[in-house]
Amino acid sequence: MEQLFFYIFALVAVVSAVLVVSVRNAVHSAFYLIICLLQVAALFILLRSPFLAAVQVFIYVGAVMVLFLFAVMVLDIGKEKTKEFIHSQWLPAVGVIIALFVMIGYMIKRGKLSASLGIYNEAALAKNTEVIGKTLFTQYIFPFEVVSLLLLVALIGAIVLVMKDKGRARKNNGAGS
Amino acid sequence: MDIWALLVIPLIVSVFIALVTRKNEELSSYLSIGAVVIGFLIVLPYLLKLPGDPHMHPIEQAFTWISIKGLKIEMGTLIDPLSIIMLFVVTFVGSLIHIYSKGYMHGDPGYSRFFACLSLFIFSMLGIVLSNNLIMIFVFWELVGLASYLLIGYYFEKPSAADAAKKAFLVNRIGDFGFILGIFVIYYATGTFNFIEVEHHIAAGHVSSGTLTLAALLIFCGAVGKSAQFPLHVWLPDAMEGPTPVSALIHAATMVAAGVYMLARTSFLYAAAPDAMVIVAYIGGFTALMAALIALAQSDIKRIIAFSTLSSLGYMVLAIGVGGTGAGMFYLMTHAFFKALLFLGAGSVIHACHTNEIWEMGQLYPKMKTTAVTFFLGSLAMMGVFPFSGFWSKDEILSATFQSGNYFLFAMGILTAFITAVFISKLVVVTFFGDKKYHGHPHESPKVMTIPLIILSVFAVVAGFAGFPGLEPNFGTFVHTAGAALGEHGAHAEHHFNFMVASLSTIAVLGGILLGWSIYSRKGMKSDVMAERLPFTYKFLENRFYIDHIYDTYFVAWIYNGLAKILNYIEVNIIIIFIINGSAYTVRQIGKGLRLTTTGQLQNYAFVMVGGVLVLMIIFAAIL
Amino acid sequence: MLTIFHYLILSFLLFSIGVAGVLLRRNIIIVLMSLELIFNSVNISLAAFSYYLQSLNGTVFVIFNITVAAAEVAIGLAILVSVYRVRKTVNVEDLDEMRY
Repeated sequence: MEQLFFYIFALVAVVSAVLVVSVRNAVHSAFYLIICLLQVAALFILLRSPFLAAVQVFIYVGAVMVLFLFAVMVLDIGKEKTKEFIHSQWLPAVGVIIALFVMIGYMIKRGKLSASLGIYNEAALAKNTEVIGKTLFTQYIFPFEVVSLLLLVALIGAIVLVMKDKGRARKNNGAGS
Repeated sequence: MDIWALLVIPLIVSVFIALVTRKNEELSSYLSIGAVVIGFLIVLPYLLKLPGDPHMHPIEQAFTWISIKGLKIEMGTLIDPLSIIMLFVVTFVGSLIHIYSKGYMHGDPGYSRFFACLSLFIFSMLGIVLSNNLIMIFVFWELVGLASYLLIGYYFEKPSAADAAKKAFLVNRIGDFGFILGIFVIYYATGTFNFIEVEHHIAAGHVSSGTLTLAALLIFCGAVGKSAQFPLHVWLPDAMEGPTPVSALIHAATMVAAGVYMLARTSFLYAAAPDAMVIVAYIGGFTALMAALIALAQSDIKRIIAFSTLSSLGYMVLAIGVGGTGAGMFYLMTHAFFKALLFLGAGSVIHACHTNEIWEMGQLYPKMKTTAVTFFLGSLAMMGVFPFSGFWSKDEILSATFQSGNYFLFAMGILTAFITAVFISKLVVVTFFGDKKYHGHPHESPKVMTIPLIILSVFAVVAGFAGFPGLEPNFGTFVHTAGAALGEHGAHAEHHFNFMVASLSTIAVLGGILLGWSIYSRKGMKSDVMAERLPFTYKFLENRFYIDHIYDTYFVAWIYNGLAKILNYIEVNIIIIFIINGSAYTVRQIGKGLRLTTTGQLQNYAFVMVGGVLVLMIIFAAIL
Repeated sequence: MLTIFHYLILSFLLFSIGVAGVLLRRNIIIVLMSLELIFNSVNISLAAFSYYLQSLNGTVFVIFNITVAAAEVAIGLAILVSVYRVRKTVNVEDLDEMRY
């Protein structure tokens, strides 16, 4: 049963991911990405991490993708022509990607799990959110603070970058008219 | 601690002047004078304690400078009677010359540079005197060479001065090459550089006599260069291109004496190598005689004194060579006083007349009485007239020579004394008393110049009594405490005043004065009579035995035309074209190629990054 | 029975697709989206490791990863908008001022 769900989710995720990078319309890409991210959220549930799944849906599907769609709208990008579609370095890039594919596959096939098991077995993960919260606010409190600071910086940075410089804007207007 | 201060203060002052106070000339000169006077004040207590404790135990302070497996080099100071006396001479004469320079160099555009160089020189000279091992003495030896290069070439815009500086530097390097080889021989034989330890090794008879002779001769090479002995003497007369105080400080009182000091410092080595001592003595005696003869035919006031310096240095080396280390050091001290006096007096005269040519002076006595009187006293000391200082010190050298049993060298010494008397009286007579030939209005120099002259003249007159035979302990006692352990035979000579020798030298000197006076005090003489009477000899002497000429024609020309051409070819074709231009070209071509990788295409960079990760993965997979 | 290899294979498929998007597409917005794909593939393997090793470290890391990704997208899109204002293009190949 679980295996069946896994295969469904995985198949949908891979197919939508391929579509993300292959369709010409950026808006369509964004929608396929949403589908892909939702499958990932479902996989998190299979991995007994409903908290992660919730975070994935809220932040990725909710916030990030809205941001993407917003950007696509603002930038007013339509369908692309074929010659604008593929980067000029496609031939070597495809070679490298295939090599990478083969290499990672080989590594995974050779890999063995040898690390010792921790204490969070299936029973302990029953109260998933509570456990994660405790870990986050005890053991990982410092990285947590750093990351929150990073978010603040990103927030301010994004505003500063997008804000129109009044003086320059006026000059541009003057030049335009 | 104070000993290290002695060494460090002049260095700091030199650097400070060069970097900070260069613009402020007054301050620079006061700093430099202050440094050397402080040095003198540090030395003074040691000197005053010396008569009470003539057999003082050497004070050695050292720290390890370089320590690697199988080689340990120290930086250290050694205070014993020998170094105290030398320190006294250097700092005392140095102080007076610094003060004199303040007046002499007044208004010169490179005033601060001059004082920075002087302080550097004092630093290096004190380093030589203080050092307790051969490597350290060599380091400071080279620093002295550098300082003297800077000072001789002080008027570097004048080609002759630049050439003279170059010549002094290069000729000294020849001697230094031998010196460092000698140091290596000693290290090879004894395994240490430290003077006291080397002395113990030699005293214990660990070193074969052949090795000792070789080491002694090689080290003597260094002294030949620095103290301007016969084959390498050519730089000293040319070095008179520097300012006169430099000539007084470096080429009379201190630097050239460094060679003699070094010989005295290593006298234990010479005492153990009699064969080497004979050669040293002959070179010294020959230099003394040759320089005196050449001085006869010179007409430049500084050159005459320069050749007399050569002659005196020959005397000192002769003294070392016959085992009279004490006599040599004693002569070194008195010579420092009267020769510095003569040079400074000459500087005063040049300052007044604006010429070096003695045939363009004459009748200066009424115009500049202080200079004339002090110069006159210095001349008497130089000639060795009883009871001036030169008499006592020269007498000790002559009696040491006499007692060593080498009567040929003794005759050379007496002859040198005679000739010295002739040309010094010529110098005095023509410059101060002969017919008036100067132009303009010469006048007495300022006080800052005459006061050092007066102080020096006092010492030139009385310093000889330090070696007065009746005195106990007298000068010889101090210097001989170090070498006495080895039973140096010269030590006996010091204490016995030889009446026969003294009267012989006095007769020679008085004869010389009479001869010089009678020839050169005639009225209406425009140039040297010797040139008219003995034209061939005069020419020969005037051209300094053609030694410089021979060097120029054979060695220098050979080096210029042969070696220099080969080296030039190598430099132009191999070094410049191949190595320098080649490496630059290669780097530029590589750069041109690599420049193309900066495409500005973001995804090219990402592509390369992924490729790099791929390569790392392949390496990882291959290793595991 | 599901093993960790299932998840890892899925993760590396998504990763390769993401890399392909980054290297091959010209539209800068698609490139950014491909970056998100790569982030997600890494998140999957982190979560899988966390689950199969019975440890929480991977899970916590995924949270941090998502946060960083959010910040990255915010900044990236902001830069994109300001670049677009000046250059009126989203074609990466046209943005080559920093070349030789």
